[in-house]
Amino acid sequence: MLLIRCPYCDESRPEIEFRHAGEAHIVRSDKMADLTPDEFERYFFLRDNRKGDVYERWRHIHGCGRFLNAVRNTVTDRFLMTYKAGEPRPALPDPQAQAAATEGNGQ
Amino acid sequence: MDSPVGVERLHPLHGRRGGGAAVGLTPAQAAVRISLRAKPDAVSALSGGLGLDLPTRPKTAVVNADGTRSALWLGPDEWLVIDDGEHGGSADLVKALADTGVLHSAVDVSHRQTAIMVTGEAAAETLAAGCPQDLSLKAFPVNACSRTVLGKIEIVLWRMADDMFRVECWRSYSDYAFAFLSEAARDAKA
Ligand SMILES: [Zn+2]
Repeated sequence: MLLIRCPYCDESRPEIEFRHAGEAHIVRSDKMADLTPDEFERYFFLRDNRKGDVYERWRHIHGCGRFLNAVRNTVTDRFLMTYKAGEPRPALPDPQAQAAATEGNGQ
Repeated sequence: MDSPVGVERLHPLHGRRGGGAAVGLTPAQAAVRISLRAKPDAVSALSGGLGLDLPTRPKTAVVNADGTRSALWLGPDEWLVIDDGEHGGSADLVKALADTGVLHSAVDVSHRQTAIMVTGEAAAETLAAGCPQDLSLKAFPVNACSRTVLGKIEIVLWRMADDMFRVECWRSYSDYAFAFLSEAARDAKA
C-alpha cells in the first residue's frame, strides 16, 4: 500500500483514505460564458496525461476531507511531494531530496 | 388521542455483544452528536459555548472536565462533538453554539451515527484487521482520533485509553461494523 503525506493532517496516511481528483493547476476562466467551444474543450476535457512526474489533485476524503496537490511519477507510482491546495506549483525537488522525502513510503 | 402503546427508539445494535477474553465489543450508549464546521476566528467563541477547547491539532480529541463531552478534530475546519453525559439525548448543543453568535455550521447527527466500544488487550489488533492506520501507541496515542476506514466503511476512530477505542460509524453500517469486528476479534491475540 502507498503512503501519501497529507499536508493538512501533517502525516503519511494509507492510500485507501485518499481519492484521486485529476490534473492539478487547471485554472477556471473567470469569463466562463465567453469561452469558445474549442477553449472550453481544452479547459474541461483535454489533459496532458504525461509519462513521468505529474502534478495532481488528490482528496483526503476518508481523513480530513481536504483537497491537496501532489507530484507523482506515473511510471514508478512514487509520490515526490504533496502540498496544500492553492499553493503555487512548486519546482520539482532534486532527485536526492526526492529519495530522502519518500524514504519509508511503501511501494 | 393518546397512543395505546409506548414506542421506544431502539439502538441499532440493541442487545449485541461480541468479542472474547482479549477484546470486548459493546454498543456505546446513546449520545448527542454534532458535526461542527467553523473558521479559525470562530474557534475560541465556540469553545466557550461548548465548555471545552476545540482541538486545532490534527488527530486530536479533547474531553471536558467531567468527561461527558468531547470534541474530535476531523479536519482543519471540522469537528465531531459527542455528548453522552446525563443529558445524553437532550443536551441542546446546537443552541449552545448558536448563542455564541459567531459564524459556524452545527448539524445534529446524533441519529446518523452510532458507536461501538472496542476494549481489552487485543483492541488495537482487532481494529487493525480492517483499519489501515498505524494503531501503535506511538503513532496513535490516547486521545488520538481520526476519520479513517474499517473494512469497506468509513469510521471515526478515537483511542480513549491504551486498551479502549470508540468506533463511530453510520447507523446503517453498524451491523456490518459489528460483524466485521466480531470476526476480527476471533483472530486477534494480544
Ligand atoms: Zn488529511
